[in-house]
Amino acid sequence: MADPLISLRGVTKTFGVGPAAFQALRGVDLDIMAGDFVAIMGPSGSGKSTMMNILGCLDVPSGGEFLFKGVHVERLTRDQRALLRRRYLGFVFQGFNLLARTTALENVELPLLYRGEDKKTRHKMGMAALEKVGLADWWDHTPAELSGGQQQRVAIARAIVTSPDVLLADEPTGNLDSERSVEIMELLTDLNRTSGVTVLMVTHEPDMAAYAHGVVHFKDGLVERTHSNDRPGSPFVSSEVETRPSTALGTNGGEVSRTC
Amino acid sequence: MLGPTIILAIREIRRHLLRSFLTILGIVIGVMSVVTMVTLGNGATAAVKEQISSLGSNILQIRPGQGFGRGGGGPQPPDFKPEDVDAIRAQIAGVKVVAPQAQTSGMAVRNAANWSTTINGTTSDYLIAQQWQLSAGRSFTPAEEQAGKAVCVIGSTVEQNLFRRENPVGQRFRLKDLSCEVIGTLSRRGQGGFGQDQDDVVLMPIKAVQRRFTGNRDIRMIMVAVDPAYDSATVQSSIADLLRERRNISGGKDDDFNIFDTAQISETLQGTTKILTALLGAVAAVSLLVGGIGIMNIMLVSVTERTREIGIRLAIGAVAREVLLQFLVEAVALACLGGLIGLLLALVATMVLAPMMQVPFIFDPQINLLAFFFSALIGVMFGYFPARRAASLNPIDALRHE
Repeated sequence: MADPLISLRGVTKTFGVGPAAFQALRGVDLDIMAGDFVAIMGPSGSGKSTMMNILGCLDVPSGGEFLFKGVHVERLTRDQRALLRRRYLGFVFQGFNLLARTTALENVELPLLYRGEDKKTRHKMGMAALEKVGLADWWDHTPAELSGGQQQRVAIARAIVTSPDVLLADEPTGNLDSERSVEIMELLTDLNRTSGVTVLMVTHEPDMAAYAHGVVHFKDGLVERTHSNDRPGSPFVSSEVETRPSTALGTNGGEVSRTC
Repeated sequence: MLGPTIILAIREIRRHLLRSFLTILGIVIGVMSVVTMVTLGNGATAAVKEQISSLGSNILQIRPGQGFGRGGGGPQPPDFKPEDVDAIRAQIAGVKVVAPQAQTSGMAVRNAANWSTTINGTTSDYLIAQQWQLSAGRSFTPAEEQAGKAVCVIGSTVEQNLFRRENPVGQRFRLKDLSCEVIGTLSRRGQGGFGQDQDDVVLMPIKAVQRRFTGNRDIRMIMVAVDPAYDSATVQSSIADLLRERRNISGGKDDDFNIFDTAQISETLQGTTKILTALLGAVAAVSLLVGGIGIMNIMLVSVTERTREIGIRLAIGAVAREVLLQFLVEAVALACLGGLIGLLLALVATMVLAPMMQVPFIFDPQINLLAFFFSALIGVMFGYFPARRAASLNPIDALRHE
């Protein structure tokens, strides 16, 4: 069995100091394999957003270990994490977060600009990404001229234009009606299957979580339970359930292994 | 890394044209006023220099009394006598020519035309001292000067008013109650250093003026042209010593005459205009500084307004340095743009204002470059603080910012 792409060991996160300190994460163990599609669920305040920020290398854990491709992310500097995000991660947000008054193509090209790609390459890769999300004809439209679903698809194009290893989606369907939500989820599923990109998605809608291979439920800063959606060919596995008291997700549908 | 940053900055400026324009307005006005002030000031200095040199270079003007004209109360110091002129000519080293002057004014009449003008009694040396060319005819001969003949050389204003387009040389006209023959005409000189019309003059032999008009031998002014090989200050002081002796002014008493050195006046006046230029430039530079603060203001607002955008960039993988550079480049690009527009406006303004103010338009590349680089520097100075603030934002907070 290959090493997991992402591995969390006893990850804690504390905000504030002294009596006002608040522990958002209280020791999370989690393994995610390359090619997984994992949904993170939980009530507000459960620590799922904090978890997402740490997984997205936007924040560092207060304690514990976070290995990404075997690298200790908690030991990286701010700029090193930025470079890691640039190279390996793609982000999709609930509020789309496209640059206003900027065309779809320019938005999609943005990560390539930071990678130092030349104009021709940027244009080619940007158009290819827009093609993948079905918006190639809309390349010169600004966000204001696009519907919510289209904006989110542009955001997804921006996230995948660099062919990242991991796509982090924070409530990607939170601002969309159910029809658009289904479109977005199908797009994510399709990307996961065809490009093999690992998808980590925070959502509070069980319907959306059902698209994932596995679901991690958070409660009070801990992983409450995990379960796997029974899907044929799902790579959502962990072979280390027996040997290590970590939260792992089995392949045989509905099995929950709890630790902590 | 600079390449994409510049692209981003220029995109951003283009995207917010009105805001960008308002941002740079301060710099535009600042650069424009600095460059306009200094350019016009330089023009004024040049104009003063030119006007002073129209008095004649290296000329000492000797007048009785202290300061310009004769003082108010008390006994008037006496005018000079022809003997004083002879003494200066004979005894002072470094004197090129000495021209006495006796002035009066009167009406010149010819046929139906009449014109009130200045009558200047002098010698042909006056034209040498003033470096004044004749446009036609000749100057006085020594015999005419000696005899005090009623001949005259007229300035172009007088020529125009009395003779229109006729050739005046050889013609006669009436000056006060004297019939006078025109033997020459003066070339055009234009306005003098103090705004007077230098061409509104009739030159006559000094003896003619003294005998026919003033009725005495008094000389109101002696003009001395100093040999360029000699120091005018030394010549000035030896003339002063000679005149004190001739006018019986003993030890501690003040001179009852004054010697006016055009070179010295030229320096003084040029110094004054230079100081004024520097002063106006400094005031304008303050407005440039205020313009810089305007840029900082807008950039800070822009950082707040674009917090989410910064968050997106950071999440996508921009390192702090790139965000800092983007905002810095934006500020510098804005400032440079403002500087350029300011320079263009200053060029237009000076080209319009210089003729209105009757000063020459002198393009000074130095001040233009200086103002431009200063505005770029202001961009860096005042752009750095907002840029650092943008770069130090926490991506999570920035993304959550509404």
